[in-house]
Amino acid sequence: MPAVSKGDGMRGLAVFISDIRNCKSKEAEIKRINKELANIRSKFKGDKALDGYSKKKYVCKLLFIFLLGHDIDFGHMEAVNLLSSNKYTEKQIGYLFISVLVNSNSDLIRLINNGIKNDLASRNPTFMNLALHCIANVGSREMAEAFASEIPRVLVARDTMDSVKQSAALCLLRLNRTSPDLVPMGEWTARVVHLLNDQHLGVVTAATSLITTLAQKNPDDFKTSVSLAVARLSRIVTSASIDLQDYTYYFVAAPWLSVKLLRLLQCYPPPEDAALRSRLTECLETILNKAQEPPKSKKVQHSNAKNAVLFEAIALIIHHDSEPTLLVRACNQLGQFLQHRETNLRYLALESMCTLASSEFSHEAVKTHMETVINALKTERDVSVRQRAVDLLYAMCDRSNAKQIVAEMLSYLETADYSIREEIVLKVAILAEKYAVDYTWYVDTILNLIRIAGDYVSEEVWYRVIQIVINRDDVQGYAAKTVFEALQAPACHENLVKVGGYILGEFGNLIAGDSRSSPLVQFNLLHSKFHLCSVPTRALLLSAYIKFINLFPEVKATIQDVLRSDSQLRNADVELQQRAVEYLRLSCIASTDILATVLEEMPPFPERESSILAKLKKKKGPGKLPDMDDSRRSVNGSTDSTHSFTDVLNLNSAPSSGANLLIDVFSESSAPPAATDVSEENFPRFVCKNNGVIYENQLLQIGLKSEYRQNLGRMYVFYGNKTSTQFLSFSSSVSSSDLNVHSKAVDPVIEGGAQMQQILNIECVSDFSDAPVLNIQFRYGGALQNIAVKLPVMLNKFFQPTEMMSQDFFQRWKQLGAPQQEVQKIFKAKHPMDTEVAKAKVKRHKSLCRDSVSQRLCELLSEQF
Amino acid sequence: MMRFMLLFSRQGKLRLQKWFTSMSEREKKKIIRDMTTMVLARQPRSCNFMQWKDLKIVYKRYASLYFCLGVESQENELLALEIIHRYVELLDKYFGNVCELDIIFNFEKAYFILDEFLMGGEIQETSKQIVNRSIEASDMLQEVRFTDMHAQMHLVKHCDLHLWCEHVTSVAWLSV
Repeated sequence: MPAVSKGDGMRGLAVFISDIRNCKSKEAEIKRINKELANIRSKFKGDKALDGYSKKKYVCKLLFIFLLGHDIDFGHMEAVNLLSSNKYTEKQIGYLFISVLVNSNSDLIRLINNGIKNDLASRNPTFMNLALHCIANVGSREMAEAFASEIPRVLVARDTMDSVKQSAALCLLRLNRTSPDLVPMGEWTARVVHLLNDQHLGVVTAATSLITTLAQKNPDDFKTSVSLAVARLSRIVTSASIDLQDYTYYFVAAPWLSVKLLRLLQCYPPPEDAALRSRLTECLETILNKAQEPPKSKKVQHSNAKNAVLFEAIALIIHHDSEPTLLVRACNQLGQFLQHRETNLRYLALESMCTLASSEFSHEAVKTHMETVINALKTERDVSVRQRAVDLLYAMCDRSNAKQIVAEMLSYLETADYSIREEIVLKVAILAEKYAVDYTWYVDTILNLIRIAGDYVSEEVWYRVIQIVINRDDVQGYAAKTVFEALQAPACHENLVKVGGYILGEFGNLIAGDSRSSPLVQFNLLHSKFHLCSVPTRALLLSAYIKFINLFPEVKATIQDVLRSDSQLRNADVELQQRAVEYLRLSCIASTDILATVLEEMPPFPERESSILAKLKKKKGPGKLPDMDDSRRSVNGSTDSTHSFTDVLNLNSAPSSGANLLIDVFSESSAPPAATDVSEENFPRFVCKNNGVIYENQLLQIGLKSEYRQNLGRMYVFYGNKTSTQFLSFSSSVSSSDLNVHSKAVDPVIEGGAQMQQILNIECVSDFSDAPVLNIQFRYGGALQNIAVKLPVMLNKFFQPTEMMSQDFFQRWKQLGAPQQEVQKIFKAKHPMDTEVAKAKVKRHKSLCRDSVSQRLCELLSEQF
Repeated sequence: MMRFMLLFSRQGKLRLQKWFTSMSEREKKKIIRDMTTMVLARQPRSCNFMQWKDLKIVYKRYASLYFCLGVESQENELLALEIIHRYVELLDKYFGNVCELDIIFNFEKAYFILDEFLMGGEIQETSKQIVNRSIEASDMLQEVRFTDMHAQMHLVKHCDLHLWCEHVTSVAWLSV
């Protein structure tokens, strides 16, 4: 290590860094750092005032230590001091420290803002740039509050230097992203748009970024930018590569600006003005033509920049989705890239084609590349490229090619990377369902899916296959036969056992005629898997057994023996034990008729959006999927991810009591409605309010509007059907012990998405404490729904204010002397007291009104706390 | 918009971190960990793009250093790649055949150069000449002349002999 001579400025920093790098262990490094921290702390605390140079050096060391991953809890003040230095480098280090370390150190933010303010006002462009960078780097709300109105002024001022304009534009962009409410739109917006005409391409680039972000939020305010952007783009595209001097990047004219302009145009529909539109089309054609020209350089930078513009142009063409010729050309261009030797281009072509596949003009053109894409799936070495190929196959799938694509995806699944298996499984399941012409193919596909990648088959997938088999009687026999055969395999996945158990339990009778799959054979087959399965699967199998007892009386004794065995009746798992006990008992005491009723075949499920789709969307993020849900759409497709024994298929939307397992497992539409809990979740909100939403679930929303006069009240109840299907046999009644309530009759049908109103007339005849309950019944998709809601009719609704002078009030008050007439309750306020708010609340409570009195009351209240 | 830029070595040592949105230190550490493990695990000659959560990750290796850029999903990947390249060019111009050590010992310079080039997650100035000129102009404002500093740096570097050997491969990055 070289000898360190004192006062050698930043050399001390280099020596320190070198020391750290020489440390052999983490401990040694920490020791060295602590030594340095102690040294710096003593320097900062010392009596001798440090000169700016040493301050800068130490602040820089602190920054280095922080960037190594250690905490820094001092030195902020010194850094802030550096801001007011006249020396550029000291100021620069000060700003760097603050940009990196200060997030919202609020006690310093005022000092920092002060430094920034001075530099912004300095008219020195380098200082102004430092200040603007700092605002953009920190981007905190406090800074937005202090400078959001100042920066637009700097941006559009006539005498601002170009470099400052660029910084100001991007600084404003950052503030707009973090605190959009604080950036005032105003007369400066029009002038910002005109920066697109600026001579300095750097200014235009920065301004385009800003305008694009603003236009995404307020497209109307920036409409005029479209024509300017097209004009600018056209000039760049047609320029010779030397025209733009240093803005030409490896022989490509201003690639960054071109891409930004193309992005800005994607905020808008195709221009309506014919001339403008044809000019833009010309630009896009020129860009597509250039792709066919021989490259001007062999450097990868040249082709990257050129293709970046090309891909962005294609993105605009897809966004406009209006020029079939351009779309087809774009598709052909991407098709060329699919076979390019650059992996990057193949990746981007696959990605870009995904969006192209959803356009009706180009869907067919995309499909012609199917073989290439399938080949990519098989041969690409890079998993991220293969992932894109899967996405594209999914996007280009339709009825004509579904069988082939699903087959290819299934065969790829056998060797696919673990990281993308689950996603492929979901995609296959969705495609198989969506494009199934005959459902035997669908059943085969899903069973294959479970066989190949059982571990990656989520609950949603096997729930779905059961829903579909139950709803379609043409496939039930086939499904029973297929699962029976699949279960023959010596090792089969647990998910297959679940599907097999469920389907044989329901439809095993359809194949029982064949002696090879006689009831006993079926039962033995299922039971041979029992001991290898987890608890939820065993529970499901037990339910299948009791269903067998109903389907095949001849195996009743065998099954009863199994249920009676100690491993069932005394199972350590309470759920299994309970099932065994209850099923055994049920099979013993119930007559065949009762058994047949209780264990009847499951009713069809209501049509609902596939929950698999929701899962895939969640996995991929919104906007990453082409719209697949054209047929089924309803809101109750929610899945409760915590599995429950009682609700294997998530059938019942009404909350189940969970007390009676038997009824739940075999619940069906004719079962008597279980007593529902009375909803009072929103009840307290109506204490001081008369209007609002009192109840809401996945199906139904109930809104209230009410008015009261003396002892009478009228309540308008609004029932909103949130689904797309009808509610049938809708009825409602109000039960109340103390109030007279008359309800007008309602229509028994509520159409999907519609709202219905009901009027209740309420009369208060004596004081009361229990609120009335509104009971609602209706049928949704075959299932009976029961909802009970506590209506917010409280005693205070019928209160009447009385005018009186304060002395009268207190006189009366004093007369109430009996011990039972006074109640006092003191509690801690959850929120700070505000006299005005308290007064308003009391007023809405309709108790008292005289100002002086309520004033006094509030004072009394406030004194309590 | 860019969300962050990270520079790290083949050993996963972070050399520079730039965040364009506010984030807690914990989130930053998580991203750094994820990026280094993901990028370092990539096979050679894979493509330079990856999907990570809702971001596109664009990375490229120059000699011993990985440059890794996280951009939002609507950004253009190829241009992000060229942003990395342009930054390397700027560093190269400034340091003259830049190597990892230059960035370690002059980390503040690396930040200043990046600030001249990018701002608020967007490209600020695409002209290499203009960026270089403004970096040179700010160097002129320094009270210690850069050549002195550079001489000192070399002194330190040469004393740091075993390190020097370690990084002798890192000259002439741009040929990679």
